[in-house]
Amino acid sequence: MTKTTPDALPITVRNVTKTYGPVYALDDVSLDVESGEFLTLLGPSGSGKTTLLMVLAGFTRPDQGSLKFGDAEMIRKPPHLRDVGMVFQNYALFPHMTVAGNVGYPLRLRGVSKTEMADRVERALDTVQLGGFGDRRIDQLSGGQKQRVALARSIVFEPRILLMDEPLSALDKKLRDRMQIELRHLHEKLGMTTVYVTHDQREALTMSDRIAVVNHGRIMQLATPEMLYDQPENKFVADFIGDSSFITVTRDGDSLVAAGTTLKTNRPVPDAAKLALMLRPERVHLMDGPREGDTNLFDARVTDLVYQGESYLLYAALEDGTEVAVRGAIRAGTYGNLPKPGETVNLALDAADTVIIADEEG
Amino acid sequence: MAVTDMNAAGLRRDERLERLKLFGLSSPALLLVLVILVIPVGWLFYVSFIGADGTFSMENYERMIKRKSYARIFYTTFEVSLLTTGICILIGYPLAYFMSQLPAKLANLCLITVLLPFWTSLLVRTYAWLVLLQKNGLVNNWAINLGLWEEPIKIVHNLNGTLIGMVHIMLPFLILPTYGAMRAIDRDYLKAAANLGASPRRAFWTVFFPLSTPGLFAGSLMVFVLCLGFFVTPAVLGGGKVIMVSMKIVSNIELFVNWGAASALGVVLLVLTVAVLWIASRFLRLEQITAGGH
Repeated sequence: MTKTTPDALPITVRNVTKTYGPVYALDDVSLDVESGEFLTLLGPSGSGKTTLLMVLAGFTRPDQGSLKFGDAEMIRKPPHLRDVGMVFQNYALFPHMTVAGNVGYPLRLRGVSKTEMADRVERALDTVQLGGFGDRRIDQLSGGQKQRVALARSIVFEPRILLMDEPLSALDKKLRDRMQIELRHLHEKLGMTTVYVTHDQREALTMSDRIAVVNHGRIMQLATPEMLYDQPENKFVADFIGDSSFITVTRDGDSLVAAGTTLKTNRPVPDAAKLALMLRPERVHLMDGPREGDTNLFDARVTDLVYQGESYLLYAALEDGTEVAVRGAIRAGTYGNLPKPGETVNLALDAADTVIIADEEG
Repeated sequence: MAVTDMNAAGLRRDERLERLKLFGLSSPALLLVLVILVIPVGWLFYVSFIGADGTFSMENYERMIKRKSYARIFYTTFEVSLLTTGICILIGYPLAYFMSQLPAKLANLCLITVLLPFWTSLLVRTYAWLVLLQKNGLVNNWAINLGLWEEPIKIVHNLNGTLIGMVHIMLPFLILPTYGAMRAIDRDYLKAAANLGASPRRAFWTVFFPLSTPGLFAGSLMVFVLCLGFFVTPAVLGGGKVIMVSMKIVSNIELFVNWGAASALGVVLLVLTVAVLWIASRFLRLEQITAGGH
């Protein structure tokens, strides 16, 4: 399993629509997943991300649309002929088979000889660091081990496309963090085109080459994690990814005003009737005195201060009443010097971090 | 004494008291089992060792070994039970599978219709079969009218009639546990099988069927054990040609007034039933292990 999958396949989704009665689970979705790419479908529950994955796997039949793996049209192909690997949310490991029985199952179906099967099963188990676990029963495994077996089973037949449906959601946080890195490494090693579904934005940001943010059956934005975080295209994405506060922006001639401050920004301003300023807590700073340069300053009154170990979270109300959050690192002994509720502070936002978005639900 | 002994005696007393209360609550049930199960079975056991002259004797058991007719009766009992169980599996498994694939609401409706026969008396159902299957009954008349056969054929008062009646009565006992096991099978298992390359047929035989066997096994066992002691249906539909153990017990009492012989037969039937259950329970446990904690 050291070799890279020779020919990972690109996925082309065109105009796929799926309705349940009057509800659009998928609303005219088009999407290109590049060959060998790790793409994440990210969205709240009921957004349609899982439906889209099920369309890729062949378990959900859309009303219309086209789906291609490489050049081959797949939309009407039954799931067992699609030759894609899939990791299910609850793993779906067969309880009446051993670990080796589960991992060897796809090879058995493909008529692989006994000796080659044993060899490939062992290699797949080695790949997920479960070498020697072949004889275990499924109910003897921990959650993390089940996860790995499910992964081994989905890659052992060397599919060119791998689908994952919230595979880490049942694990505790520490294990989840480690598995994220491991999955990422595994992807780099095997190189198969991967579509990953999650509702956890940190997971998406950690693992993905690109992220498609899904809501109401539509793709709200498809971009790299960095672009998604720094330059959201609409308010839904800005709100869903990261913590943000929004301040209404008004036009005053050519200049833009928010909470009494004329904004300086070196970012593009969208051409929309209503605008909002997006404030990320970690991009806002507390200022002792006025500072020159490309910085926007806001007067605010502290309403709350929360200690969170590695950082503090300070809530402050601006002149117009909007409450914004400020996050900063805490160095030993500095927490006591922070402003207390009731005190007035100056909040600073660099022009480079001044992101203005259209103030409407996309 | 150190702080570690704090309240230890009191807590131990509470624990004892709680156990005593639990025992007190379960004692009526224990008493009931004693009065209606242990004592009568013990008495049955005792009577079976009493000979015709009223003294202790093994003659009731010796008779069973010596007379050929008894061996025939036990053979018939097992034959009828096995055949009934087999036919129940052939009819019940596909039906349970069909029901398990329906949406829950529709499946519940089907379940009610499966259980419907339970609401009418066993005797009524058995005589209903007699009406349907007899020489000039509904089935024969219709078949002749439709030209399926010329002369009325003998469907009842033989092994066929017995099996038809018994299968009808036993079917729900097989369907219920089988259906329960099938419903409990996660649909994702079949999706996973399909995703890994299994055609619907392969997925059924490699995943669905093995996972449904514990329920099928439990249902078959229940049907088989119930059949071993069955009386009404073979008595009415067998027409005296299908003699099972229970019927011999009845004739021992009603015809020969030999309580000892009847009791001995009862004891042997009980021992055989327990043996079947014991052997099966070993298989069942094995089955559950291989099925994982599901």
